[in-house]
Formats: sequence, structure tokens, C-alpha cells
Amino acid sequence: MTDPNMTKDPLVEMQDIHISFGGVKAVDGVSIDLYPGEVVGVLGHNGAGKSTLIKILSGAYQADSGQIIVDGKEAKIENARDARDNNIETIYQNLALADNLDAAQNLFLGREITDKFGFLDDAAMEHKAREVLHRLNPNFKKFTSPVSALSGGQRQSVAIARALLFEARVLIMDEPCAALGVHETKMVGELIDQLKRDGLGILLISHDLHDVFDLSDRLHVMKNGKLVGSVRTEDVTHDDVLGMIILGKMPEHLLHLAGPGATNATGAANGTTHR
Amino acid sequence: MSRLLSKMEVDRRLVGLAVVLLIIWVGFDIASGGRFITPRNIFNLSVQTASVAVMACGMVLIIVTRHIDLSVGAVLGVLAMIMGVVQTDVLPQFLDYNHPLTWVLTLLVGIVVGGLIGSIQGVAVGYLGVPAFIVTLGGLLVWRGSAWWVTQGRTVAPLDQNYILLGGGIEGTIGATWSWIVALIAILAIIYAAIMERRRRLSFEFPVKPIWAEYTNTIIKAGLVLVVVATLNAYHLPTRAAERLLENKGIPVTPENLEISHGIPIPLLIVALVAIILTIAVKRTRFGRYVFAIGGNPQAAELAGINVKRMTVAVFALMGVLCAISAAISSARLQSAGNDLGTLDELRVIAAVVIGGTSLAGGLGTIYGALIGALVMQSLQSGMALLGVDTSLQSIVIGLVLVVAVFSDKYFHRRYSDPTA
Repeated sequence: MTDPNMTKDPLVEMQDIHISFGGVKAVDGVSIDLYPGEVVGVLGHNGAGKSTLIKILSGAYQADSGQIIVDGKEAKIENARDARDNNIETIYQNLALADNLDAAQNLFLGREITDKFGFLDDAAMEHKAREVLHRLNPNFKKFTSPVSALSGGQRQSVAIARALLFEARVLIMDEPCAALGVHETKMVGELIDQLKRDGLGILLISHDLHDVFDLSDRLHVMKNGKLVGSVRTEDVTHDDVLGMIILGKMPEHLLHLAGPGATNATGAANGTTHR
Repeated sequence: MSRLLSKMEVDRRLVGLAVVLLIIWVGFDIASGGRFITPRNIFNLSVQTASVAVMACGMVLIIVTRHIDLSVGAVLGVLAMIMGVVQTDVLPQFLDYNHPLTWVLTLLVGIVVGGLIGSIQGVAVGYLGVPAFIVTLGGLLVWRGSAWWVTQGRTVAPLDQNYILLGGGIEGTIGATWSWIVALIAILAIIYAAIMERRRRLSFEFPVKPIWAEYTNTIIKAGLVLVVVATLNAYHLPTRAAERLLENKGIPVTPENLEISHGIPIPLLIVALVAIILTIAVKRTRFGRYVFAIGGNPQAAELAGINVKRMTVAVFALMGVLCAISAAISSARLQSAGNDLGTLDELRVIAAVVIGGTSLAGGLGTIYGALIGALVMQSLQSGMALLGVDTSLQSIVIGLVLVVAVFSDKYFHRRYSDPTA
């Protein structure tokens, strides 16, 4: 527990989450946590249950049992709106932007600013959009073009800005670097670093280790609906993590940190059980 | 040229459409020996376009949300029949013939029933998940059949004296003085809107277009209003009709006061009103923003908290209401309601919308584009009729024009569209 972040209380904890679909246990007793100013990767093969777990947090699914604790209080998250009310924002893989609308229109979609007659106040929205996007990405210029004209990284900026604008404290990013070029990936990495400095907690969901290894402070690895283990990135190598993803086993030298789903479980890592 | 247009922030597609329209008009004028671009023909053209134009405004929203409505012609038919029966059989039991309230109540019934029909179809599309193509194809048969059942096929006539003014006959215009007043209001509104928009952008220190572009834009728009109104005012009533009008009002007939202008026909005024309201709805309200968001990415819209199902019902209901207004215009113009009214109108409406630049893939389209599209379609039809072209050949030409229009739009858009523009 040398990481200064760990002295704070977690932003979000998911405790003993279970969900099944038609007898298949998609998530089976998984507990994860996330601290302010921390980037945590959730890794696993397709079908490992990582997306399902995260969709429970973002309100798309409801757990059969288990608790979600936000800021030390139990939160009921039954839909996307509940998640937003708890300052949890999700950026989906398909980016969830309307291609034909411009950046400001996308940023405020569903929460438009209106004037005293109830008409849309586009100038005010563009003003705010310029402010937020400038902070995130000073090179962003295309405010009046539809987002279909933007590059992948710029679109990612818009999606992240959208989350920031509504005071997200927990940001869930599903495959944040999928379909991005080298330069774009670097740009998203810089964005994530900046958000981290601002004290947000970020969950990165990916099946590709390389996408998230360098960005993450900690990794939760899942296999077959169970948590294999939670490790600090600095304690492990790529090969260790690959072993966790593929074999579902904790690396030998870290066995004492293994999660409840792993063989030789000795209790969950990093403060998920101290409560 | 293209840099000039982008500086002025003019929609390139709009310019293309205007050029096409101009070519069609000049072409027919030359071919007909100067009989096409006359006050009389322009007046008739505006009245003939009105019914399709009103429906086209609603169809833009339907197609932008990635749906289609094939039932509009049939819905127009059944609504015209219902409104016919309401004003000739039902209301006269309570009100006198030609009572000033008759047309209002009739139109109200039409709008309510139209909204209901649209809502039913919208629920089937939005909540039951039946593709709009199927729902409205079924609707086409259902409502056309219903139109027959209203009176067992009997044509309803004569209609209420005030109601038929909606069709823009000899008396269905607002006259010269009021036309100029409308023009003045329109021009003031254009100038006011331009100033407000510029001031608003400047207050946030956003880039604005150069001042000469503002002036040019405003002068072109205002000039267009003046030309249209002047043209409509230049079309005088036939001598016999003018005489009758003066005699009815007890004014002595002299050669000078026989020169009575038509002015703006009421149906054109209705089109303008519908188009302005819908343009504001599209650009300045949540409703419009959501319509386009749904068209651009339905999933994103849903995730942003937009109730896509309810929006679908609202858009179809609006289409039904506009069908009622169109039904009033076209039955009033014919001064009777027959159960075949509006046959094939769905195709004219969809063609107008597509020619006007609305993408069938959704998410893209404008109200003013659809209006010009409707005018292009009607100009072709009227022009060919004026030249005595066979009806069968007219259909062939219009069919081909539709395909060519969509092709050229795709081609030019791909070739000249600047992804950063």
C-alpha cells in the first residue's frame, strides 16, 4: 500500500456481483474497486464476463445479487440515468456519437441548454463545448463540422468531453483504442493521463493487453465469469498477465494477492475485502 | 465560386437545386413560347404544389429518422372524405350552412383524426417494431379502403364556402394590399434574424461570416420575397370574376377598379407557415435535434436518454396532422371530396423530399430542400402538360428525373464535398 491513492476511500466498489443469463453464470461473485486518480484495466478474453460486469455498473444490466457502493454508500443502478446520477459515465466502443451532428450538438445531446422560451441555445452550447474541448485537446478546431468529418482520436475527445461536461467522476471506457492508429492511440493515452491528474477514476475494458497495460495503474483480470486476480501493473510483466488471461492462474510470485476466483485464493487484492 | 459560396455559408446543394429549377423554368418557357414564366402560371404552380409541399415537410422528418411513410396519399384520401362529411352532413345539423365556424371545426376534426391515424402507425413502428415500410404499405390499403367506406364511394360536394378558400380559388387569396404587408413582415423578419444571429455569435467571440456576405444573403432573401409577391400581385382576376366580386360588395364597376390582383393564394400562405414552423422546430427545439440524432445514430440517441419510441410516434403523428392540412387544401381546390383523392401522392411526396436532398439513409435533410423538390416535380408536370405531352410520357420523364436526381446528388456530393467543410 505505497500508492498514495490507496489511502483515500474508493470511488466505486462492486462487491460479490452475480448475474446469469439462462443458466450461464456470466459473472460469478466478482468484486472490483476503483480509487480517485487511478486507471484500472479490466482484462479478459471475449466471454470472460468483463463487459457484462461493466454493463452492470453503467446500468445496462442489473445484477442478480451483489452490491455497488459509490462514495461509501450503496447505490441502486437500474438504468443509464441512475449511473449518470452517480457521476458514472460510459464511453462505448462504437463511440455513441451521432455522426451527422457537430461536436457541440453531440456533447449536449439529451441535456441541451435552452433559452427562456425553451428554444435551443446553440451559441451557448458551442461556447461551453469550445471551453471543454480546448482544455482536453487544444488542437481541436472543427466545431461546426459533423463529427463524421473528425478523426478517431478527435471523436474520442468529443466522447470524453461529453462525459466531463456532466461531471463524471468515474469514466468507463470500452475498448478505448480499438480502431485507432498509432498517433491516435497516443492521443487517447495523453487524454487519460490528464483525466487521471484531475482525480477521475477510469475503468478501461479491453481484451487486448497491449492497449491498456501502459495506461493502467492496476489490472483486474477475469476468466469464465470469475475474477482471476487484481494486480498492480508495476508488479507484473506482460507474460504474467497473459498467463492470467489465458490460463486463469495468478503468477507464482504474486499468489498471495490472488482474487477469489483464482486457484489458491487467499483473499482479494488491494482493499476489496477490508470493509 | 465554391469558395465564395462557402464564405457566404450557403448550402451548395440548395444552389444546385435552384439552378436546376431555373433551367426547367427557362426551358419550358422557351419551348412553350413564353407561356411558362407568367404571373398566371406561377400562381397556378404555387397552388398546385401546395398539397404535396405540406406533406413533404413532414416526410423529411420521417425519412431523417430512417423511416418511410407510404400511406400519406391514402391518409389524405380518408381525411378529405371525413372532413367532407363533417362539413356537409354533420355540422349543418347544429350550425347554419356556411357558418363561419364550420371550416374551423372541420379542419380541427381532420387534424385530430390525422394525428390519431399517424399515432397508430407510429406505435406499430416504434413500439411493436414492425418496419415502417410494411406498416405504411398496409396503411395505404387500409386508409384507401376506409376512404371508400366513409360514403360508400359517393363524392362529397358542394363544400362549405369558407372551407374552399383554403384551396386558393378566385377568392382564396389575400389580395394585393395584404400580400405587400406579408412581404414587408417577411423581410423585416429576415433582417431581424440575420442581425440577432450575428450579434449572438459575436457576443461569444465566435467567427462570423464577412459583413458583405451578410448583406448579400439578406438582400437575396428579401429580393426573392419581393419578386414572388410582385409576381402574384401581377396576376389579375378575370374580368367576369372581378365584375361579380365588385357587384357582390356593392361597388360600382369602372375600368380602373376591375384590375383586381390575386395576391398570395391562401394555400401558399399555409405552406409558408408550415415550413417556417417546422424549420424552427428542426433547428431550434429539442424535438428537431432528437429527430436528427435518431437518424444519425439511434443507439447513441437511446444512450443519451432520448425516448426513441415516443419520438417515432410523435413524428408519425405530425405526418398525419400534415396530411389533414394537405387534404383540406386539395379537396378545397377541387371543391369536392372524392375517395380517390391523393392517389399516388405518396410517390410525389417522397420524390420531392429525395430530390430536395434528404438522404434515405437518414440523418440528413432540410425542409426548404423538400419545398424546392416539390416545386421541381410540379414544374415538370405542369410544363409538360402545357406543352401537350401525353400523361404516360409525363410519368416516364418524372420517373427518370427522380433516378437521375438522386444519382447526380450522390455523384456531386462525393466529388465536391470537402470532408472539412
